[in-house]
Amino acid sequence: MPESASPLLDLQGISKAFGGVEALRGVDFALSAGEIHGLVGENGAGKSTLMKIIAGVHPEFSGRFLLDGQETRFRSARDAHAAGIAMVHQELSVAPDLTVAENVFLGNQPTNALGLVQWRRMAREAGEQLARFGIDVDPMTRLGDLPIGLQQLIEIARVLFSGARIIILDEPTSALSPPEVERLFATLRRLRDEGKAIIFISHFIEDILRVSDTVTVFRNGRKVAETAAASTTKGALIEAMIGRGGEALEHSYTNDLMLPSSGAAGSVVLKVDQLSLSRSLRNVSFEAHSGEVLGIYGFMGCGQQELSRILFGKLRPDGGTLVVNGNRKNFSSTADARRAGVALVPESRRAMLFHQEPVYKNTSISILERISTLLLKPARERAIAQRQVEQLQIRPPVVGLDLGMLSGGNQQKVALAKWLTYPPRLLVLCEPTRGMDVGAKNDVINIIRDLREKGLAIIVLSTEPETVLSLADRILVLKRGAVVREFAGEAVSKDRLLEAA
Amino acid sequence: MSSSETIPSAGRKPRSIAKFLRSQMRNIAPFLTLIFLSAFFAAASPSFATIDNVGNILTQVSVTGIIGVGLTFVILCAEIDLSIASIANVTGIAVAYFTLQESYVNIANVPLPGWAAILLALLLCALLGLINALGLTLIGIPSFIMTLAMMQIAAGISALLVRGQIAYKVPPLISTLGSGSIGGIPWIVIVAAVMLLAGHLVLTYTRFGRYVYMVGGNREAAEYSGLNVNLILNSVMVIAAVCAGIGGMLGVAHFGSAQQNEFDTYLLDSIAAVVVGGTSLFGGRGGIGNTIVGLFVLGVLNNGLDHVNIDSFLKILIRGLILLAALVINVYAQRLRAKAAE
Repeated sequence: MPESASPLLDLQGISKAFGGVEALRGVDFALSAGEIHGLVGENGAGKSTLMKIIAGVHPEFSGRFLLDGQETRFRSARDAHAAGIAMVHQELSVAPDLTVAENVFLGNQPTNALGLVQWRRMAREAGEQLARFGIDVDPMTRLGDLPIGLQQLIEIARVLFSGARIIILDEPTSALSPPEVERLFATLRRLRDEGKAIIFISHFIEDILRVSDTVTVFRNGRKVAETAAASTTKGALIEAMIGRGGEALEHSYTNDLMLPSSGAAGSVVLKVDQLSLSRSLRNVSFEAHSGEVLGIYGFMGCGQQELSRILFGKLRPDGGTLVVNGNRKNFSSTADARRAGVALVPESRRAMLFHQEPVYKNTSISILERISTLLLKPARERAIAQRQVEQLQIRPPVVGLDLGMLSGGNQQKVALAKWLTYPPRLLVLCEPTRGMDVGAKNDVINIIRDLREKGLAIIVLSTEPETVLSLADRILVLKRGAVVREFAGEAVSKDRLLEAA
Repeated sequence: MSSSETIPSAGRKPRSIAKFLRSQMRNIAPFLTLIFLSAFFAAASPSFATIDNVGNILTQVSVTGIIGVGLTFVILCAEIDLSIASIANVTGIAVAYFTLQESYVNIANVPLPGWAAILLALLLCALLGLINALGLTLIGIPSFIMTLAMMQIAAGISALLVRGQIAYKVPPLISTLGSGSIGGIPWIVIVAAVMLLAGHLVLTYTRFGRYVYMVGGNREAAEYSGLNVNLILNSVMVIAAVCAGIGGMLGVAHFGSAQQNEFDTYLLDSIAAVVVGGTSLFGGRGGIGNTIVGLFVLGVLNNGLDHVNIDSFLKILIRGLILLAALVINVYAQRLRAKAAE
């Protein structure tokens, strides 16, 4: 039991089910003022569900909810907000067309007696708040014109300075660069010292260990461990999270990893020369070979996303050339790129899947030209989908089921399956394992290695060093739109990647 | 433990049926509306449920049906075409413009052989559709605005061609298809049925049809799947314009005259038919089957109101209310379906 007499927030025996699936089973959770409480667990372990209960998003649950020692029931997120609970969600929720100042004061703008917005005061106060956070921007800039990382910092700043006494941060650091993370942590510590209670969720266990006072581990809807951050280790937490020894996986990230010498790679499938896109990419040149996984690492906003879109014909570069299989290409549409043998899996599943359509229509959409003539051949589509579902172990293995019924990890496999019936020459994968649990992650890693053996050229773009390290044979580091470092045939580690970026 | 596990499995069957019904709401609701309206008018008026009157209804919905085929494609792609009625009008006027008129018709027309007149009229509507398409995909004007402009443009061309006059003659083929009949069945009903059937077959069994649904269901995903989204959008805009043009030509023959503003009511009617039938305004859901049900709902309603004694001014209000109800169901069905998919 926590030492303080009465915790600020005390949850007892919380259970919550969605349909027949139990997301939380009898979880106790206490949070004290002046505490940073780290939360770790695989996807689907119940962290987000618990946070949404605390933030009033899920009003229906069983168990006791005590705030300041009083039994409380929030009926909506509004109630929770009024009680001083604020949350930064995983997805960016800002208004890109409004100014920075308006975003900081969203729904809460200072007004004069007539109810008119006091722009000057708002701009000044927003500037002051952001400066406290170490952000130096003109408060009257349009938010959407700023880099994504900065937008996320501003959103975090808004919540941190909203006056809430319980602040929940769900994966706040994924889009931030190391100095930005440092600034965030300094601010969190200061707020803690002012007596706020902070819940911090992250996949980055080092982050959790560095900033938290207490760490709670979730697994399968249960709380499996709660310990002081000072008295535990990354290995111990990972073991608690996945319930089996995770050392092997762990080992590969922190220690040096030897990249294979480049002699093994096959023919050049893609040659990119002096590629430029206003503000996003500067003179990017590289080659991708068949039978090789090229990792491209960089922080959010380094130009990865734009690069992947150019390779797939969704964006047109301002300058530079693309050569695919020896032919100079100037894609005018994604259909062009597909026909040239390029395939892309974007970072967002929503962006490439049809949630209201059955699985088999999702897996066949890109190959209809190959498997049907003018008329569709649904039986053939289903047969192909069935084979994919079995090969990739997609659950449930029912090809007629609407895609939306599948879990996130299985949807991600379907996104890959789309391209596997007739493998492309060049497969571009953005964040292929983001948001997946360890099991699904390993499945996807194995699928990608398999494809490499089959001679595909694969490009993996990620903002997570682990993803690149676990897959790549050669690694490029992209920084502010330019290639700043290449790792090939040498030792590489997470530290070295971070250092280069 | 085991007892708690049996509860959900025992409850599974009824729940999944409920789920199925909920997901099918958009198909079921319009059909129930149709049955209800038919039963109501049959009970209210002895002259409603007769073979003759069924024939009337079929004939009355034919032009809307022909226009509605193309509009279904557009709405399935989550776009809209507000110019269809104007394009129908201008195509009908064009085919008359290129036909020799009686001497008392005071239009500076250009008489051509029938086939040439039909061909030119079809080219005209296809061209207008193509302009809609390029405005949408090449320039990036939202279809709502682009086709609003086209509505005016087509009306303007109509005005210039007839200059307030009325033309009567159309080529013999159009005249037969528009106002003739074979074995007691009006040709226009047959044309509408054939076009609806063709639209259904294209949407259901062809690759293009699948692409239409996928583009409407999630345009971004369609693009990331390597579909040529712009090509598909261009195609549906042209298909809509050509269907409207055919409807316009046959309509002119059916009405016996070609003049300005003749098709104004068909814009609302055809949109209403598609949407009342349950095709989603958000794209990706519905189809020609829905459009047919929607056509009959509107047809039965319009026709039935003539058979019962209702203030003819009130009829307009009633039609508006029915349309509103259908829109509510449309949006509601979308939400239920999204929920069922969760």
